[in-house]
Amino acid sequence: MTDQPGVDANAMSAGPLTASADAAADKAAWDSPGTLPEGGEAIRHEVGWRMILRAFAENKLALAGLVLVVLVALFCFVGPLFWHTDQVDTNLLLTNKAPNGHHPLGTDDLGYDVLGRLMAGGQSSLEVGLAVAVVATFIGVVYGVISGFFGGFADAVLMRFVDIILAIPVVYLFIDLASEFKPTLLLLILVLSLLSWLGPARLVRGETLSLRVREYVEAVRTMGGRSGRIIFRHLVPNTVGTIAVNATFQVADAILTLAVLSYFGFSLPPPTATWGGMLENGVNFLYDGYWWEIYPAGLMIVLTVVAFNFIGDGLRDSLDVRLQRR
Amino acid sequence: MIGYIIRRIGQAIIVILGVTVIVFILRHLLPGSVARAILGPKATPLAIAVFNRQNGLNNPLPLQYVAFLNQLIHGNLGFSFKQNMSVDAIVIHDLPNDTLLVGVSLVLALLIAIPVGVMQAVRRNRVADYAATGIAFILYSMPSYLLGLLLIAFFAVNLRLLPAEAPQASTITGVLADPVALVLPIATLTLVTCALFSRYMRSSAIENLAQDYIRTARAKGLRQGAILYRHLLRNSLIPVATLVGISMPGILTFGLIIEQLFNFQGIGLAYFNAAVNGDYPVVFGVTVLVAALTVIGNLLADLAYAVLDPRVRYD
Repeated sequence: MTDQPGVDANAMSAGPLTASADAAADKAAWDSPGTLPEGGEAIRHEVGWRMILRAFAENKLALAGLVLVVLVALFCFVGPLFWHTDQVDTNLLLTNKAPNGHHPLGTDDLGYDVLGRLMAGGQSSLEVGLAVAVVATFIGVVYGVISGFFGGFADAVLMRFVDIILAIPVVYLFIDLASEFKPTLLLLILVLSLLSWLGPARLVRGETLSLRVREYVEAVRTMGGRSGRIIFRHLVPNTVGTIAVNATFQVADAILTLAVLSYFGFSLPPPTATWGGMLENGVNFLYDGYWWEIYPAGLMIVLTVVAFNFIGDGLRDSLDVRLQRR
Repeated sequence: MIGYIIRRIGQAIIVILGVTVIVFILRHLLPGSVARAILGPKATPLAIAVFNRQNGLNNPLPLQYVAFLNQLIHGNLGFSFKQNMSVDAIVIHDLPNDTLLVGVSLVLALLIAIPVGVMQAVRRNRVADYAATGIAFILYSMPSYLLGLLLIAFFAVNLRLLPAEAPQASTITGVLADPVALVLPIATLTLVTCALFSRYMRSSAIENLAQDYIRTARAKGLRQGAILYRHLLRNSLIPVATLVGISMPGILTFGLIIEQLFNFQGIGLAYFNAAVNGDYPVVFGVTVLVAALTVIGNLLADLAYAVLDPRVRYD
C-alpha cells in the first residue's frame, strides 16, 4: 500500500503509542549518560536482543517454533554424521525402492537415499533462507531508515523505486531465468535477497517516519548529534522489534520461494539437493505410488516454514509489533 | 480528497513508467539477440544486419525505449514471432479463462474468509478459532503447488473422483462445458487465497469488536446476531477492498503456478510456455501487463477505501 491514508496508523497505534514514546524517552535518557535521572539506578527498558529473548521466554508459540527450528537444524546438519549416505554418486541398481531396513524412507529415481537427501536438501534450504533473511533485512533497514529519515523528495524517489520492483511479477521472471542458467548458492542468495528487501524497507521507513519526530531525536539534534548518530544510535535500535519479526518471516518466505523456484527449475544444479527440487522430481511418480519421494520433502518444507512463522507470530505478539503484511 | 486522488494517480503513472524502463533494460541484458532468435541459427550476418536496421535495433537505447513505450501506449504489447501472433491476441484469447479461474476463486475465498474471520474474532481463543488459525497457518506455509499436488493425489489418483487436469479446451465455452475438471484448480486457488485473507480478516474483526459502536449496540440490547451482521460484518468489509488490492500480485503468482500444475489454458500457462521456449515478446508483454494491473489494482483499492470509509481524512 503506498501512502496509506493516515487514519489506520493513528487509529491503530493510539494505545501503545504513548507507552512506547515513554520507553523511547527513557532510552534516550539512558543513551546519553549526562542526562541520567538523579538517584543513579534508572530502570532500563529492555531493548534489542534481551527484549527478543524475553519475548521467547514468554510466548509459547514462539518457543514451540524455536524448538522446531532447532530440531530441523539438528536433523539436517548433525543427522548426516550418524546417517552416512552418498548424495553425489547415483546408483541405478537401487532406484525407486520402497522404504526398507536399509533405507527407512526408500530411494529416489537416481538411487539416492531419501532420508539422507532430506538432510542434505535441508542444509541448502536453511542456509539460503537464513542468509537471504540477513542480507535482505540489512539492505531493507538501511534503505528504509534513510528514506524515512530524510523524507521529502528523496523519500518519494526511493519509495517509488520500491513500488516499481514490487509491481513486477518476479517469480514470473525467474521462470525465464531458469531456462537460461543454473545459479550457484551465492548467486541464489544474492538474487533472492535483492527481491526480499522491499518488505523490510517499507516497514522500517514507516517506523522511521513516526520515530523521527519524537522529542528524543529533537534532543539529540539540539545537542549537536549528526544524522548518522540519530539514525544508527536511535532510530535503528528502536525499530529492532519490527526488524526481528520481519526477518523471521523473511526466512519462511525465502524457503517457500526457493521451493517454488526449484519447482520451476531455477535452483542449485545437481547433485545438490533441495527440498523443492526433491518435490519437483517426486511429482513425476505421483501415479506410481512412490509416496516416499513426494511427501517427506513436502512435510519438511511445511514444518520448517510453519516453525519460522510461529516464531514470527509469537515475537510479534510479545513485542507488540504491527506489520502491514499480516 | 481530490488532491489525494490526483497525487495517487500520478504515483501510479510514475510506477508503471518505471516498470516499463526496467523491463526494457532486462530485455537488453538477457543474452541472445532478437534477430538471431527470430531468423534462426542459420541466418547470415547480412540478414541479421538488415533485420536490425529494419526494426530499429541499431538506434540508440533511449530512442528504442521511446519506440517501445509508444507501442505500449497504443496498446501493442509486442509480437511473438515464434507463435506468429501478437501478444495482444494471445492475452485476449486467454483472458476469459483467467477471469473465470481468478474471479471465481477470489469470490469463493472472500465468501469463506470473511465469515470465518468474524467467527474467529467472536470465539477468540476457543477451539474453533485455534482450528481455523491452524489450518490457515499450514496452508500459508505450503508451497501452493504442494497443496495442488495433495488435492490431485487424493481426489484424482486415490479416489478417482475428479480429473487431475483442468479443462483442456482453449476457449471459454469449452472450459465451461467441463465444469468437473474446474473443481480442483479453483479449489486450490481458493484455499491458498483464503489462507492469505483469513489472518487479516480475523485481526480486522477483532479490532472492530473492540470499537465503541459495538459496545453501544450491546448496550442498546441488540441481539448478538444483529450486532454481528449489521455492525461487525459490514465494518469488516471496508478493508476487504484494500486487502484484495494488495493481495493481487500474490494471487496472480499463485494463478500462474496453478495454471502450470493443472495445465489450465490461461495467460499464466502461455507465459510459462513462452519463458521455457525463450519467446521473449510474450514474456515481457505479459510482465508489463501484470505489473500494470497490479498498480491499477492497488490504486483502485486505495481510492475505494477513501470512498468507503468516511473516517479517513486526506490532506
